[in-house]
Amino acid sequence: MKAKIRVTLKTGVLDPQGKAIAGALGHLGFGGVGEVRQGKYFEIELAETDRARAAEQVKAMCEKLIANTVIENYEIELA
Amino acid sequence: MKSAVVVFPGINRERDMMLALESVTGAKPVSVWHAETELPRVDLVVVPGGFSYGDYLRCGAIAARAPIMQDIKARAAKGLKVLGVCNGFQILTEAGLLPGVLARNKNLRFVCRQVKLKVENNGTFFTNRMEKGAVVSCPVAHGEGNYICDAETLKMLEAENRVVFRYAEGTNPNGALNDIAGIMNGSGTVIGMMPHPENMIEPLHGRTDCRPLFESLLAA
Repeated sequence: MKAKIRVTLKTGVLDPQGKAIAGALGHLGFGGVGEVRQGKYFEIELAETDRARAAEQVKAMCEKLIANTVIENYEIELA
Repeated sequence: MKSAVVVFPGINRERDMMLALESVTGAKPVSVWHAETELPRVDLVVVPGGFSYGDYLRCGAIAARAPIMQDIKARAAKGLKVLGVCNGFQILTEAGLLPGVLARNKNLRFVCRQVKLKVENNGTFFTNRMEKGAVVSCPVAHGEGNYICDAETLKMLEAENRVVFRYAEGTNPNGALNDIAGIMNGSGTVIGMMPHPENMIEPLHGRTDCRPLFESLLAA
């Protein structure tokens, strides 16, 4: 089983990298670009075959390491 | 005063820190490799600056989960003094020993310069030889020093006098909330700071402003 995890900054947390990307898009001539928020994407291969147990395991991974829950949210997709 | 300096792969300020500790306290610190599981008997553990694990994932995130950190957390809970500088501060927040996060500098630039540092709390093991409100020069060198935390935590830090150092005279280099440069835990035994006091203690450093910080260790 594979876990796909998206980590994003919580609403309200300043994202200077997103701002820089928005600026660069402007320099390239892309009009109409609003706020840009940058996140992270992870794919983790798991030996676990039980969906519920895998979900629990990946949630623990996110809480303990993958995301810093002070400033980041995470979404898990199992495939 | 026996001290230990923790060394992670990618750390690069451990020698400066060890020299500073030895120069001021007279006792040679022991270096402890991250893969060890037990700390030697010491009065103080310092987590130095650098780029542990190349800042992979998040600054300090991997180092905070290294084997030695389990013992540091256990001993810190029993009152062992812990000082984290720069990447060390990031590691201590990632390890949950200090609240908040050091986020990317607001202006996105790596800053390497001198700042003015104001001592807000002179009752700690690292500031007791300083006057409260004293302003000293201190170098910073970091890309992720923007201290942020939720409003409740910020209120608590301020109310409990847990902001140990603040950037003064408009020198906040990273956008940190309330100009926070260093904080401590509830009992004052764990301190984290972004600036590098170990690089401002010898005449050859240009100034010796931060020497009293290390002298404080002798009284603590």
